[in-house]
Amino acid sequence: MADPMRIRAQASGDKATVRVLMSHEMESGQRKDAAGKTVPAWFIQEVTANLNGKQVLSAEWGPAVSKNPFLQFTVKGAKAGDKIAVTWKDNKGDTRTDEATVS
Amino acid sequence: MQNRRETLKQTALVAGLLASAGFPQFAQAAFNKTAFDAKSVQDAAKAAGASSMAESKDVTITGPDIAENGAVVPLGASTTLSGVKQLLILVEKNPAALVAMFYVSDAVDANFTTRAKMGQSSDVYAIAIMNDGKALWSKKEVKVTLGGCGG
Repeated sequence: MADPMRIRAQASGDKATVRVLMSHEMESGQRKDAAGKTVPAWFIQEVTANLNGKQVLSAEWGPAVSKNPFLQFTVKGAKAGDKIAVTWKDNKGDTRTDEATVS
Repeated sequence: MQNRRETLKQTALVAGLLASAGFPQFAQAAFNKTAFDAKSVQDAAKAAGASSMAESKDVTITGPDIAENGAVVPLGASTTLSGVKQLLILVEKNPAALVAMFYVSDAVDANFTTRAKMGQSSDVYAIAIMNDGKALWSKKEVKVTLGGCGG
């Protein structure tokens, strides 16, 4: 199972800036190992974010997103104390959800 | 939606067909493999649902002028327009141009930042696909110096 995400959500006015740092290898499928065989692609395909249980963002990623991906987005109408949950799913079916409180 | 190009590998085609035709109920949630396999910026945008392309000053791509490390290039896409359905980040000279695709909802600003891998110096694109299928884009050149010499 993958390591937890780091999520920081900061409210300013009626918006909250959410920064997420995920822990994932994000293998592109382009590299070759020492034996010359292609390393199979392994990357996060889908990312969703929920504010208090309601989905506010969905995204699809390709293998070109960097290792240990960073994502920043802004949620409207979020205030301190609200819960932000971020979920990712990779192309091997592995998935992880982490939650943070807006501060 | 299905853009059957001969350059696409057979396996990719089958997987793409399965994803879009086999499970229509997950139309949005299903991974858009066609778009992520597309080699060029135009093909990727078309596969993502764009019907026409136009350059626009209202779409912004942010990124460094020179990236010392091509494995971690911070790229951002944003727009001030309303009625945006999707926001795409693309790197023209990567093996597959599309890096990330964000579905914009009423609850989030059309402003996303992430980090991308770049194989070589290239133009990077932000494309905003509007609700009516029009695609507005802007681009920026990012130089990658993998040697780390700074020049």
